[in-house]
Amino acid sequence: MQKYSVFSLVKNALSNHENWDLAWKDPTPKKEYDVVIIGGGGHGLATAYYLAKEHNITNVAIIEKGWIGGGNVGRNTTIIRSNYMHDDNALFSEFGMDLWRRMSQDLNYNVMFSPRGIINLAHSDAQMNTYARRGNSMRLNGIDAVLLNREEVREIIPMADFSENVRFPIFGGLMQPSAGTARHDAVAWGYARQADDMGVDIIQNCEVIGFDVSAGKINGVRTSRGEIKAKKIGLCVAGSTNILAEKLNMTLPIETHLLQACVSEPVKPVLDKVVTFGAGHFYISQSDKGEMVMGGDLDGYNSYAQRGNLPTLQHVLTEGIAMMPFLSKLKMLRTWGGIMDMSMDGSPIIDKTHIEGLYLNCGWCYGGFKATPASGWTFAHTIAQDRVHELNAGYSLNRFNTGHLLDEKGLGTKTWIS
Amino acid sequence: MLHIKCPHCGMRSQNEFSYGGDATIKRPELGKEISDQDWDNFVYNRKSLRGKHWELWQHLSGCRQWIKVQRDTATHEIFKTLKANEEIS
Repeated sequence: MQKYSVFSLVKNALSNHENWDLAWKDPTPKKEYDVVIIGGGGHGLATAYYLAKEHNITNVAIIEKGWIGGGNVGRNTTIIRSNYMHDDNALFSEFGMDLWRRMSQDLNYNVMFSPRGIINLAHSDAQMNTYARRGNSMRLNGIDAVLLNREEVREIIPMADFSENVRFPIFGGLMQPSAGTARHDAVAWGYARQADDMGVDIIQNCEVIGFDVSAGKINGVRTSRGEIKAKKIGLCVAGSTNILAEKLNMTLPIETHLLQACVSEPVKPVLDKVVTFGAGHFYISQSDKGEMVMGGDLDGYNSYAQRGNLPTLQHVLTEGIAMMPFLSKLKMLRTWGGIMDMSMDGSPIIDKTHIEGLYLNCGWCYGGFKATPASGWTFAHTIAQDRVHELNAGYSLNRFNTGHLLDEKGLGTKTWIS
Repeated sequence: MLHIKCPHCGMRSQNEFSYGGDATIKRPELGKEISDQDWDNFVYNRKSLRGKHWELWQHLSGCRQWIKVQRDTATHEIFKTLKANEEIS
């Protein structure tokens, strides 16, 4: 594989950039693989990459109904953070932060990781107390957290509304300085390019029609491009998990919902942090192109539409304008929606299933993008070793049955609970 | 914007309603011994169908009644609405 570097750039410039290698191939599916990963999104591509890199399993296929990176990895608001209180979430996410910091070098692909910091705003004394508690928990787990008072927040984001007579005055905030953003498409493409180079077949335009299960074991998958045998199959299809689960006669603690995001017209640099509103659900950052990238609540009812509804957008942007009034002067450039696996406790599932050889990676709710490397790493471990890693032990499927819920915010599918 | 026909009040905009999830889930009978799995199925596990889906909505800013709505989860087309005590046929 051609290494991307300033030298290869100069060299290829001399031939008008006509001789670059393809970033990944377009193979015809083989009859059989050691592992088949269903879903060519960030998590699926990362899983294949770590299967090859960490476990030397390279006879792997990723099968994708559409094109790789066309789902939620291409539709998110690119926020990367590990500001969780519960150990299971905190340790998993912080492990991911380490992978994010090295990702551009590891993948030889500039994912434009920008650790600019995230601030969760607090709007009451009580909220400051809960943030202090979460911040302390984070620090106990080795994650950087800084509790800011009102004046400290004002210094960092003076464009927020600090006037006296507002419904939700800013009391302070909790900052994770090492959190940030990354170029989401580059993450998918970087993983794809490296996985392909190590021998993984990336098979696009290949829809799963059914599964071949006998005597409690998985034997293969039936696709629109023929049958593919595999002793191990991993599902990485957030947004379509329920559809594939139905083909496996499984009913999961997941509802499929729609989450919208939007960007404003590009403006000059004004915001160099990720900021979240504490009295509702709204988050904002500014992209390198200058667009204000914003998102918030689910549309609120089961949906596979991949297209949003205006009442939710209006509600979310009302919160945004309450937090940063200058936003009302901006024009909306683009809005879009993606379909989410909303798990019932708001935390994901990375686990084995009752079917031998079938592994499940789903339920990412609002936080799938930042989990991409850690999810791929732990899912690859779970598949390769046929047992969960301690990092994803808390993300078990049977926790709903045993009552060991991981209710970081306790939100899940019911947005109105907050 | 969805328009939902409340069986009590007529056609109203989505803003007046609150969503209540799958309407086909039945609570296990009171006083009857059931397995953890049955309870798990009632509380957490959902089919979340793509296509026609019977679901509960509450006309929160209207008559405050719970109603059943059959909606396509991919196109948002609404086929039928029922009062909460009417059985899905």
